Amino acid sequence: MVDAAAHTTIDFAKASRTALADQQLRGNFRRAMDGLMSKRAVQFADSREWHAMRALGASVRLRALSKLPELLEKLEENCTRNGIRVHWASTTAEANAIVLSIMQRVDTRLVVKGKSMVSEEMHLNAFLEEHGIEILESDLGEYIVQLDEATPSHIIMPAIHMNTKQIAHLFRQKIKDAEYTEDVARLTDLARRVLRAKFAAAEVGVSGVNAAVAETGTLCLVENEGNGRMCTTVPPVHIAVMGLEKVVERLEDVPPVISLLTRSATGQPITTYVNMITSPRKDGERDGPREVHLVILDNGRSNVYADAELRDTLRCIRCGACMNHCPVYTKVGGHAYEAPYPGPIGKILVPQIEGLDRRGEMPHACTMCNACVEICPVKIPIVGIMGRLRAEAVHPSSAVKDAGARASRTEALVWKGWAAANASPLAYRIASGLAARLGNMAPSSLPLLKDWTNVRTKPRFAGRTLHEMAREKGIADV
Amino acid sequence: MSQERPSTVYYFGTCLIDLFYPEAGMAGIELLQGQGVRVVFPQGQSCCGQPAYNSGYRDEARKVARAQLALFTEDWPVVVPSGSCAGMMKKHWPELFHGTPDQARAEAVAGRVWELTQFLVNVLDIRLEDKGEPLRITWHASCHAQREMGVVDEPKALLRQLRNVELVELAREKECCGFGGTFAVRHPEISAAMVGDKIADIENTGAKAVVSGDCGCLLNITGALEAGKRPVRGQHIAQFLKERTHG
Amino acid sequence: MSDARTSILTRLRASRDAHPVTVPPSDFGVLAGMRWSPEERLDRLRTMMEAVHTEFLDATEADWPAVVRDFLRAEGVKTLLHGTPIAAALAAAWTPGAPERIAYDQPVEGFKERLFTGIDAGITTTLGGIAHTGSLILWPTPEEPRLMSLVPPVHVALLRADRLYDTFWQAMTENRWSQGMPTNALLVSGPSKTADIEQTLAYGVHGPKRLIVVVVRV
Repeated sequence: MVDAAAHTTIDFAKASRTALADQQLRGNFRRAMDGLMSKRAVQFADSREWHAMRALGASVRLRALSKLPELLEKLEENCTRNGIRVHWASTTAEANAIVLSIMQRVDTRLVVKGKSMVSEEMHLNAFLEEHGIEILESDLGEYIVQLDEATPSHIIMPAIHMNTKQIAHLFRQKIKDAEYTEDVARLTDLARRVLRAKFAAAEVGVSGVNAAVAETGTLCLVENEGNGRMCTTVPPVHIAVMGLEKVVERLEDVPPVISLLTRSATGQPITTYVNMITSPRKDGERDGPREVHLVILDNGRSNVYADAELRDTLRCIRCGACMNHCPVYTKVGGHAYEAPYPGPIGKILVPQIEGLDRRGEMPHACTMCNACVEICPVKIPIVGIMGRLRAEAVHPSSAVKDAGARASRTEALVWKGWAAANASPLAYRIASGLAARLGNMAPSSLPLLKDWTNVRTKPRFAGRTLHEMAREKGIADV
Repeated sequence: MSQERPSTVYYFGTCLIDLFYPEAGMAGIELLQGQGVRVVFPQGQSCCGQPAYNSGYRDEARKVARAQLALFTEDWPVVVPSGSCAGMMKKHWPELFHGTPDQARAEAVAGRVWELTQFLVNVLDIRLEDKGEPLRITWHASCHAQREMGVVDEPKALLRQLRNVELVELAREKECCGFGGTFAVRHPEISAAMVGDKIADIENTGAKAVVSGDCGCLLNITGALEAGKRPVRGQHIAQFLKERTHG
Repeated sequence: MSDARTSILTRLRASRDAHPVTVPPSDFGVLAGMRWSPEERLDRLRTMMEAVHTEFLDATEADWPAVVRDFLRAEGVKTLLHGTPIAAALAAAWTPGAPERIAYDQPVEGFKERLFTGIDAGITTTLGGIAHTGSLILWPTPEEPRLMSLVPPVHVALLRADRLYDTFWQAMTENRWSQGMPTNALLVSGPSKTADIEQTLAYGVHGPKRLIVVVVRV
């Protein structure tokens, strides 16, 4: 969101320290991520099928990006023909204004919402509440997070940072007449009772979109709970919000995308519901919303699209598998990122949307281990893009928001010196010879060494280099 | 990848080995020589450029990498005792020099790069005779060896050739140790948590030594083992193999 | 907000033209190659759906209304919501003691409270099933509205054994769905579920708590 806070720099290091100190949290994440990784592995045990499906999924997403402007126009044309009203928003502020104006027109007091990451990006809940509209999260995880007045810590499993006990206490405290129980079935039933009444009463339902089909003007949503179907079927008005990259060309592109999505995300062959919405209620039909609106949001995505390499960020189908497999995410959890999209995809998407000034540290919160790249179902070169953003932060070469914002003269000098020492054999011979002999005299209190030696002994220089040993042993030089 | 058994190879020792683990570097050379291969170690070599590349300083990385490119003029394999540096040379040099006059040269060299264990197993089909005492060890796979070089089974195959060595695999072999180059000092707390988990995993195997093919990981893991006064020692696979087979 | 539309599309077009994307062909062979025999399809669908707590009843073209009736009676279901396509078949088989049959024959606005609070089960037809993922294809119509399969705590779905597809992709391409999608089309692969509390599976969170598939053999 572009707001007053946009100029503050997010301190990932500080937030991660707090997260690391919370053993309960670390345990919750470790357990959850282990489970998600092993379930996914079962789904893709047949490596030939995995490679073929992944190639298909990547091609579907690439094809969509190759025709993005035309497909968005076609989507608009077909949705409009079907009776779905299409709105365009350059910024989250515009998107919020569109949503609010629809709600005010139908005199809305209560809104129910299905899981939508774009609505998190918009901070829609806070915005509507400022305007006196009650908006209730209906996905169980999102509902828990909302009760806790927190934000999701994972894009698929929003309340993954909490355990049953914590949720039991929360329900006891926040839900009227709720008894304390750690029985998951009873907790679930409690949420069912509260939310059923809200589904029936709400004037508007808000949802996200997993894939929008240009060919037919169809909005596809996947979910397990039925809350998404409730939000898109029961209230008289349905508003769907999507990032502009969510379009696919043809209806037949949907099965591979959904298969990769559900299997990668939670290790399910498919979600309980695959909901395909093509129009509002037609004459003679007895239920379904009278109005369906589609809000297509840019919020920096067209800028991401402008760069041939960074564009691949927009292939993402939001399965969250990169989070589940990220050793950094597993340690610090989703909240440490203080962003709607945490983990590897967040580390490349959020800095491009919010700018390298505010988010310049995010691409560095990564060991470049490539675990995410290995499992990404649409083959996004996440680590390559991470490297590119690191470069853009100090040496702008493109239109990335706030490119060059992290340029530091000292750091640049250090690397220039490093390059000079390593690019000339003579300079290297002198420098490495000195380092090998004198390096061990460096005090542990040196700035970077201090960070290293907090939990490690100092690296020990060997006293002589391999170059010297090779010469002594008569190893040929050419 | 297939490769005829060559009579000569280039050896790229890497800067970390040069400064911190020259014995391991030398052991790699001797393992190759022991297979009847002539090893050429260009004295002009320094670093593959990865530290600057991963820090966003691409011009500086290119400058250093270009100096290395000039060293490998003959059509010989380039053997590297590090999966990470090999990955930089094989995968990222072509990207780094894309669209520059050095593109063709970078691609040619990249096509000849081998990680040491990969070369010993797949090209030289090395046979090892263990002369050491019974020992339980575990293997730490570096992320870049696994995911950029595709080196997963080769080092373990080598270790399993050693009759008296019992290899117990880590429960989370694929998980990063938290080194990540500048990451370790840029995000020291997270890095510490990661290496802490790695050490717990290592200790759970009951191994007396952890063997790895990458010195970045080794600096991190052994540094943390020592700081925690843990009795497990860490060693580069080249040196480990060399010691085991020379009695 | 047509300004936003113009500026977004103009930017995208300029960027795409400056850097066109090379697209590898989409090879659907991986989906086209997933084939099972008719018996395998039913077995697979059943195994997969049972794994997520779906219950199955076997019936024939002649006896399915009686099978449904006896099941619901035994389960203590008091009210059954149905649409017009199967109203006559149900009526013909109904006997005293079976649940009250309620037709969904009016707009939801006049019916919402009863739908949400006063109905135990809903019964719908399906367009078929999918072996690959263990899914039912639902295609709601004015005669069989959308909420029948969502709001009542029990959903009974009729599945003809000769209407089984290998994959979702096969069902949509063979039947040319792209030439005319309904207001709402659905795949349903089990009763409503969640794992949002510490990854522990719980059934019946917002949608039906039970899904009963009646396999109608021809």
